[in-house]
Amino acid sequence: MAIAEGTVTVTVDARGLSCPMPIVKTAQAVRSLPSGALIEVLATDPGSVKDFAAWSRSTGNELVSQSVDGPVHRFLIRRK
Amino acid sequence: MDEPLNLVLFSGTDDKLQAAAILTAGAAALGRPVNVFLQYWALDAFRADRIDADHGLAPEAGTAGRTAVDALRKAGQASWAETLRQAKDIGSVDIQACSLSMDLLGIDETALDPIVDGVEGVTAFHISAGNGQIVFI
Repeated sequence: MAIAEGTVTVTVDARGLSCPMPIVKTAQAVRSLPSGALIEVLATDPGSVKDFAAWSRSTGNELVSQSVDGPVHRFLIRRK
Repeated sequence: MDEPLNLVLFSGTDDKLQAAAILTAGAAALGRPVNVFLQYWALDAFRADRIDADHGLAPEAGTAGRTAVDALRKAGQASWAETLRQAKDIGSVDIQACSLSMDLLGIDETALDPIVDGVEGVTAFHISAGNGQIVFI
């Protein structure tokens, strides 16, 4: 079953967590989700911008979008 | 990224173990296998009854370093032991105690924290390491 574009399946709230926990928490969340699931990640670690780009490239989970609101980075990831 | 990352942990202070745990978790998140070989003072820090104790910092940390590390921890940073547990949860992380260091420190395998997968010699570590780089911390 296709998951509708823009419907967030799960949110990983990694605000306040330091590197590498935003990625670790996301990796934990992703594995229990079906292919196509949309994961929203909130993080305040400034390194997360490059980390999520690299993690997405390496694991094949698509980085659909990213934005920033003050100190909070928001990443939308589509499960491979 | 298929070659494993191989870490030899020698130092037993919390800052160096934290750095090693972060490297491990990052590699694990990318699906890269990690082999960790515990020697000397690092091995001592993995005793079950001391793993969560204060292991101090490297001398270069100084007082300012101590303050900075404490502040990060107070802000919620996971300990190195917890970071390693999480890394093992998401990836392939094998933590082995060096058998020679076990003798040196007089440690029995049952005294090690369960995060340690086993005891091996340096030859077995090199075989596991394959062509991957070896980092000494």
